Amino acid sequence: MIAFEQVSCRRGTREVLRDVTFRVAHGETLALVGRSGAGKSTVLKLINRILRPDSGRVVVDGRDAASWDPIALRRHTGYVLQEVGLFPHMSIGRNVAVVPELVGWDRPRIEARTAELLNLVGLPAGEFAGRWPDQLSGGQRQRVGVARALAADPPLVLMDEPFGSLDPVTRVELHREFRRIQEQVRKTVVIVTHDMREAFALADRIGVLSEGHLVALDRAEDLKASPHPAVRTLLDAAFA
Amino acid sequence: MTLLAFWQSHLAEVWRLIGQHVVLVFVSTLVAVAAGVPIGIAAARRPRIGGPLAAAASIIQTVPSLALFGFLLPLPLIGGIGARTALAALILYALLPVIRTTAAGLRAIDPAILEAADAMGMTTRQRLLRVELPLALPAIIAGIRVSAVVGVGTVTIAAAIGAGGLGEYIYRGLSMVDATVILAGAIPAAAMALLVDGALLALERGLSSRRHGRARVAVPAALVLLLCTGAAVAAALPGEERIVVGSKNFTEQVILGELVAQTIERYTDLPVDRRLNLGGTFICDRALQSGDIDIYVEYSGTALTAVFKQPVQRDPRAVLDDIRTRYADTARTMLPALGFNNTFAILVRGSDAKAFGLTRISELTAQAPRWRAGFGFEFLAREDGYPGLAAAYDLRFGEAPRAMELSLIYRALSGGQVDVIAGDATAGLIEALDLAALEDDRHYFPPYDAFPVVHAATLLRHPEIGVAMGRLAGRVDEAAMRRMNDAVDAQHRDPAVVVREFLDALDRGV
Repeated sequence: MIAFEQVSCRRGTREVLRDVTFRVAHGETLALVGRSGAGKSTVLKLINRILRPDSGRVVVDGRDAASWDPIALRRHTGYVLQEVGLFPHMSIGRNVAVVPELVGWDRPRIEARTAELLNLVGLPAGEFAGRWPDQLSGGQRQRVGVARALAADPPLVLMDEPFGSLDPVTRVELHREFRRIQEQVRKTVVIVTHDMREAFALADRIGVLSEGHLVALDRAEDLKASPHPAVRTLLDAAFA
Repeated sequence: MTLLAFWQSHLAEVWRLIGQHVVLVFVSTLVAVAAGVPIGIAAARRPRIGGPLAAAASIIQTVPSLALFGFLLPLPLIGGIGARTALAALILYALLPVIRTTAAGLRAIDPAILEAADAMGMTTRQRLLRVELPLALPAIIAGIRVSAVVGVGTVTIAAAIGAGGLGEYIYRGLSMVDATVILAGAIPAAAMALLVDGALLALERGLSSRRHGRARVAVPAALVLLLCTGAAVAAALPGEERIVVGSKNFTEQVILGELVAQTIERYTDLPVDRRLNLGGTFICDRALQSGDIDIYVEYSGTALTAVFKQPVQRDPRAVLDDIRTRYADTARTMLPALGFNNTFAILVRGSDAKAFGLTRISELTAQAPRWRAGFGFEFLAREDGYPGLAAAYDLRFGEAPRAMELSLIYRALSGGQVDVIAGDATAGLIEALDLAALEDDRHYFPPYDAFPVVHAATLLRHPEIGVAMGRLAGRVDEAAMRRMNDAVDAQHRDPAVVVREFLDALDRGV
């Protein structure tokens, strides 16, 4: 469970979030949509405490994020990055195993978990665990990124433009995969994207950020009726 | 002597020098990595701390190595002659490439990868050890490679301050003008540089490819290199106290160093290390005082003027007595003189000496008006050179003496272009060209009697050194010294063999 209570955040002299309030329920997928610079990534960085709010509160699983040990909080939170950020000097299997190793699982458990996750994201472990990141296609790497984020079974998963750099066909395929996986694992997920179609494909609810304000937050089908100009612009761009 | 024959006859010494060389490079590179990688990390993270350190290392890199050795010589703890100073200089040189490549390797890492590491909940330390250093490793290895290869070259120069290594052959060869000896040191040093470069390059490529296939080649290659190094280190480590014999860097001194070393080896059970070809009187004397070397051969006139900064004295016995006391006051012990005086010699052709019955300089006065003289530039100009000599013996040559290059002066005399020259009393060419040295019967020239001088503490621990050296007292006269100089300089024979033959003859009582 994640809650933002009247959160404002400044980066340098620019106020990137202004008085933002929302809640994400357990097991829910929330998509935050906005144009570049609308403050989307800042929301994610406030959740895993890479940034701290200037005012207001961020609550993660019932506790103020400020009272979490940042390292523990990040291990409690899976993260899928836009550029994936796989470690090029580690095999696919070891990339997935990074957080379980940090947390100190024993070897058999790590191996079983790695195989389970690679199979879950559609990369059979027998074939892929021993390969290297530069031997994979962009879509395959993004799947590894998802498997890595889920490895230590974190209750929260944050995804920053996770499918942004993929070709349209692969992207649609991965959207399908994401819903299948989310059916199985039921995590609390926050996805950041600039693509309203992606938000519709993945999320239970959609929030729209514009110049630091949360201008709309609603179920997908209800959002379509929103009269707010920022929302209309994004909808038109996606469905025109 | 061919190169192969030289290596064959010096096999043990070649291996010992290679061992010393490898140890110096290995230890200096190791320390440079241990210090340079953290500095490189600091330079990448906090430019305000790391920047000035990297700048300092880069300034040091521009100091010529011989000059750097010179700066370090007088410093306490790291100074003095021998491996310690060489190591300090080598480490300073090796630092910069390691710092620079470490910092560059860290800065070149994709920010997305670092963001991923942070988001995954790695602590700063975990991120460094699991992600940053492994990714920067190929770059760091490249820096180590540069350091090690530069080190192999710099160590050859370190021989000048007695650090040992293959540079000893290079310096020995240079002072003997013998290309074979130079190559005997230069070729293994070059081979070593290529080997180190190749092995570390393979390692660097293996690591940067990130694939198991090539890593499988690179890892054993690195292991082999490490093993060879370990073996060489083990071979070169000193096991027991060794007597260190020094010498200055010209032929006669190298022969005398060898003579002292072989005498100790022959008549005592003490193992001996040779630090021959040290760069001059000052370095030899400092090394003797500090105990870096235990013994070397000095000349009485040089000791008086250069070591003790006293005015010139002409009475040989008075000079010896004077410096014996001065040495004793400063924890050094002068042993009995060897028997020859390496002073200026007034030389004439052997045939003239016979024809005119010449044995002394005073007998030359009568011939002088009809003869031509040739002298070196310095001898002509110095107050204690020709002007003083002419006054002391009332010499008046028919024409003004000709100024000549020292290296040509002996041949000019033997070829009849001049009739009298001033040369070096122990020059090998005196024998080779059948020249005669006239006795300085009015003691005009200051004496340069050769004698071994030993570190007093060493002599107390091992009085047998004194006994052994006593066997040489008065047994090396000018003629013997000239023959040995001639054998090495003109006939290009190995000083060790020449000295062994001399000692054999001495043992037989010839």
